[in-house]
Amino acid sequence: MKTEELSFAAVDLVTSAGGNVGSMSRCLNRLGVKFQTRGNYDLPSGDRPVILPGVGAFGTVMTSLHENKFAERLKAMLKGGTPFLGVCVGMQVLFDESEEAPGVNGLGLVSGKVVRYSATRVHKVPQIGWNKIVACREVTGDLKEGFVYFVNSYYACPREPDCTSYLAEYGGAFCAALQVGNLTAFQFHPEKSGDMGERLLKEWLSDVSK
Amino acid sequence: MSQNKILDRTGEFSEPLTMAESLGSGLCKRIIPCLDVAGGRTVKGVKFQNLRDVGDPVELAVQYQEQGADELMFLDISATREERATVYELIRTVADRLSIPFTVGGGIRTLDDVKRLLDCGADKVSVNSAAVDKPALVEEIAIACGSQCCVVAIDARAVIASCESESSSSVYEVVVRGGTVGTGMDAFVWARSCSERGAGEVLLTSFDADGTLSGFDLPMVSMFSSSLPIPVIASGGARDPGSFVDVFAAAGADAALAASIFHDRLYSVAEVKARLQQEGVKVRIC
Repeated sequence: MKTEELSFAAVDLVTSAGGNVGSMSRCLNRLGVKFQTRGNYDLPSGDRPVILPGVGAFGTVMTSLHENKFAERLKAMLKGGTPFLGVCVGMQVLFDESEEAPGVNGLGLVSGKVVRYSATRVHKVPQIGWNKIVACREVTGDLKEGFVYFVNSYYACPREPDCTSYLAEYGGAFCAALQVGNLTAFQFHPEKSGDMGERLLKEWLSDVSK
Repeated sequence: MSQNKILDRTGEFSEPLTMAESLGSGLCKRIIPCLDVAGGRTVKGVKFQNLRDVGDPVELAVQYQEQGADELMFLDISATREERATVYELIRTVADRLSIPFTVGGGIRTLDDVKRLLDCGADKVSVNSAAVDKPALVEEIAIACGSQCCVVAIDARAVIASCESESSSSVYEVVVRGGTVGTGMDAFVWARSCSERGAGEVLLTSFDADGTLSGFDLPMVSMFSSSLPIPVIASGGARDPGSFVDVFAAAGADAALAASIFHDRLYSVAEVKARLQQEGVKVRIC
């Protein structure tokens, strides 16, 4: 157990996008991952993998990311190849724009936009609860499918379908996770998704620890 | 507009149909064990009376998580200030240990109470009497912390129809203070108003059924879950796995909460879920 825990690289946990930094840091503690919290005035070093958990509205999160030109620097860092994991709104900000905040630019690192689910009697919005994700292409590790915990009203539509690593269904198939180059992102909350969530995080951590 | 989105979707995900089949159809029905806590211990009574000690909440919580619980609910029923002070430490410990979401309710009066619990690591809070006393609290929580963490708990009992009442359409009445005080408020109208104020979920406890092991109050759950735009967590009366099949398949609940049948080890969460899956109810099997 211990040797496995020690094999993970230390990561930078970015606190700039509000919300669930607490639950992510507790989860990293459970997994035995060393991490440092980083914010707008305390930039990630760039030589460690970066995790960006996000909760809240796209517009609010982008505004706080722009403070002290943090967004620009983060963007440059990620273009330079720093391994990145975005969670929830931390995934959505990778895109060009969101219906939640018309006119607000995202980081634009992944081409596409973030859209809202259409509410129906069956599919209430926000989506709150456990949904099944299924790998739709080769993914790191052997986790082909499983149940994870979602809390979201909006989801990302990548322009390139190949970006999508896991799909889920909520009134239609949507991109539950993406992986393109050094960028990985989950729309669900791996830190609240029981064993499946922890296994997905471990897959990412061991991948970026190589 | 919604048409466009569907087109966007199909345009962007030209996956084969087999993919859609293995995806299933949306969210799982949730099983939520509830732990009533006071003074750092788990307790359970019948109709909120005759409390008895049923164990260490952290140990129980971890056990339920391992059995496949989808969420947990902690209800602080502390009677004194001293007891209540223990809850924050408990929530921090629980948050460190659990990898599934959990809600904390009981004794929450103000937005500051809510923020403090969320800071301790609770994912959601559940408000009951305080929201009845001051409905704007629901809005305050939804705006400051988001609808996703705002559960409104409603304890309701059937109104005995009297021959004299002519046009009283109220079927269920809100009760507060542990069921001791009837408010005269129509429970369904109250639930709808909470949803409009930004509540993310309604936790609907049948005061008539609570702790009696007589099955969920299906007519009540059905009425609420078919008409509210937010998820309904049914609570009160769970007797056996069949009760859960009924509350999901017949009454359409989004989640079901229970205490006695799990604490008394009559059934495990895993057994309940196995039965639900057998009956074609979509659940998370881990």
